[in-house]
Amino acid sequence: MADTQSAARRARHVEQPEHAESAAPNGVGAFKPAEFSKEQELSAYRQMLLIRRFEEKAGQLYGMGLIGGFCHLYIGQEAVVVGFQMALKSGDEVITGYRDHGHMLATGMDPKGVMAELTGRRGGYSKGKGGSMHMFSKEKHFYGGHGIVGAMVPLGTGIAFANRYRENSSVCVTYFGDGAANQGQVYESFNMAKLWSLPVVYVIENNQYAMGTSIRRSSATTELCRRGQSFDIPGHQVDGMDVRAVKAAAEDALEHARSGKGPVILEMLTYRYRGHSMSDPAKYRSKEEVQRMRSEHDPIEQVRARMLAGGRTSEEELKSLDKEIRQIVNEAAEFATHDTEPDPSELWTDVYVEA
Amino acid sequence: MAELTYRDAVARGIAQEMERDERVVFLGEDVGKPGGVFKATVGLYEKFGPKRVRDTPISEQAILGAAMGAAMTGLRPIAEIMFSDFLAVCFDYIANEFPKSRYMTNGQLGCPLVVRTGNGAGSRFGAQHSQSVENWAMMIPGLKVVAPSSPADVVGLMAAAVRDPDPVIMFEHKSLYATKGEVPDGEILDTLGKAKVLREGKDATIVALALMVPRALEAAERLKAEQGIDCEVIDVRSLVPLDTQTILGSVGKTGRLFTVEENPRLCGWGAEIASIVADEAFYDLDGPVVRITTPHIPLPAADNLEDIVLPTPGRIVEKITRSMN
Repeated sequence: MADTQSAARRARHVEQPEHAESAAPNGVGAFKPAEFSKEQELSAYRQMLLIRRFEEKAGQLYGMGLIGGFCHLYIGQEAVVVGFQMALKSGDEVITGYRDHGHMLATGMDPKGVMAELTGRRGGYSKGKGGSMHMFSKEKHFYGGHGIVGAMVPLGTGIAFANRYRENSSVCVTYFGDGAANQGQVYESFNMAKLWSLPVVYVIENNQYAMGTSIRRSSATTELCRRGQSFDIPGHQVDGMDVRAVKAAAEDALEHARSGKGPVILEMLTYRYRGHSMSDPAKYRSKEEVQRMRSEHDPIEQVRARMLAGGRTSEEELKSLDKEIRQIVNEAAEFATHDTEPDPSELWTDVYVEA
Repeated sequence: MAELTYRDAVARGIAQEMERDERVVFLGEDVGKPGGVFKATVGLYEKFGPKRVRDTPISEQAILGAAMGAAMTGLRPIAEIMFSDFLAVCFDYIANEFPKSRYMTNGQLGCPLVVRTGNGAGSRFGAQHSQSVENWAMMIPGLKVVAPSSPADVVGLMAAAVRDPDPVIMFEHKSLYATKGEVPDGEILDTLGKAKVLREGKDATIVALALMVPRALEAAERLKAEQGIDCEVIDVRSLVPLDTQTILGSVGKTGRLFTVEENPRLCGWGAEIASIVADEAFYDLDGPVVRITTPHIPLPAADNLEDIVLPTPGRIVEKITRSMN
């Protein structure tokens, strides 16, 4: 009961972007949403829909036994990675935890390669040796895909350290969840990043649940944007269901980090519709709570309604877009279920560099 | 050729690699301005500056995480974990992160870094600052593991480790820092995965590592002088890759194998060597393989107690004498 109330409170908070304006340093208050052109709205819609449909398909394939092991779906959180990606510059690095399919698609990785990794096939990004939680693309500056909760934070800090060392202008965007925010190594990293003014943006995807334990039941302080205060790291809370707010906050934070002022923390208030993983029926929260988030805050529906209301698109155009996305996802699934399995000889490759 | 201490060899090895390769950065607790708690990195901060020689907060996970993040982008970090016991504080990086990166990324992202760490007993530091934990690293696929016993090996293996494309854990022995040895002038580059026969002999093979190497050599001299037993002494130097060829070749010649290990007995590195020899050279053996180790207990602080638990030349002589007769 307490959980539902707290979730409802948070949801109300998400509804209040009027506190916004430009966020105060260490401020709770959503960013004023960025102005989107028609092209940007459509592009954001398209990317979010691709992630949503991809994840739905992955869930189906899992149910059919075609995907095994872990599979953490990103459904509901799409605006976070899509909004952020729109603010990145070429060369900026991205690293995240195990709920990573959305991040990969957002960075432009091939849906076929991602899906084939889920099904454990040769054409997967890690040739089937990584699985859902461990995919990477050097080309897209995507550094994983990490299975250990919190480990991506020191790693992302290290990538930012390398940027500083090379004196390039890249920023490492380090995503982690509200659960990971309670890991000790996060604070070791905050200290180091501030001490050395490293170009890193810590994006806390607060989806309200650390696995099956609500933030109220797992965190002594729940405004995670304040977690950098004792290191003097600015932090802001953002409506992570609004892709425009995410983009605005991302631009601000990236600029801060890029200009040599050190790290920024952005807490994205978001929500995961599905369970923690495929084996989680999410009985720790009410159906009503999930339904309310879906019907009142869905990141994709928001853009869709806005575009239709503003006359920026038509039902026909969106239908055709939807068809196109389904086609991409179906092709990915087709590839991932028909590609050959990895050769057993692959067991022995890439353990060490071949002598 | 110059005589150098083991601790000065550490600084020389790091300096050699930093001069050669701009991608090499060195980070750790007190490694820069203070010159290292064991004074093994004196002069590097002055020579290479604060950008390349970083004093870090006391944050082992952030140190190894930062090193790996940088390594994934192509830098070649050397990270110090002051005492090898503290590897347990940041073991996620040792066990789950470094060694899996190449494998899970389909070879896209390697982890070319070196973790150097002060290992072993002899300084009365007690149970949490004295352990020999090279076997912790040895058991993890994807890591390479070295433990030099001489100043020349420190420089050469450091260079090999830094240039290696895979993560290397380098165990320096705290009780060897003050020891001296001849180190050739100029650049030194050794090879990972090569054991060294330090003393030839025909009656028995002794394999040893780090601090146990000088003790095994002393024991071998005494065995020859007192018992007429002629021992071959091999410095294993590299646990992964392991030079099984040199070890099996020696056992083929002598017919007996003794391991001298500082790590606690259960699952010590010598058990793996004993197993390999049992598999591949069983019929060369004229007697049982004998492991001489620290017992399976925490390490004490008191002088007399610590001296009792570590293998000494006297204990090595006694064990080998008893087994050979």
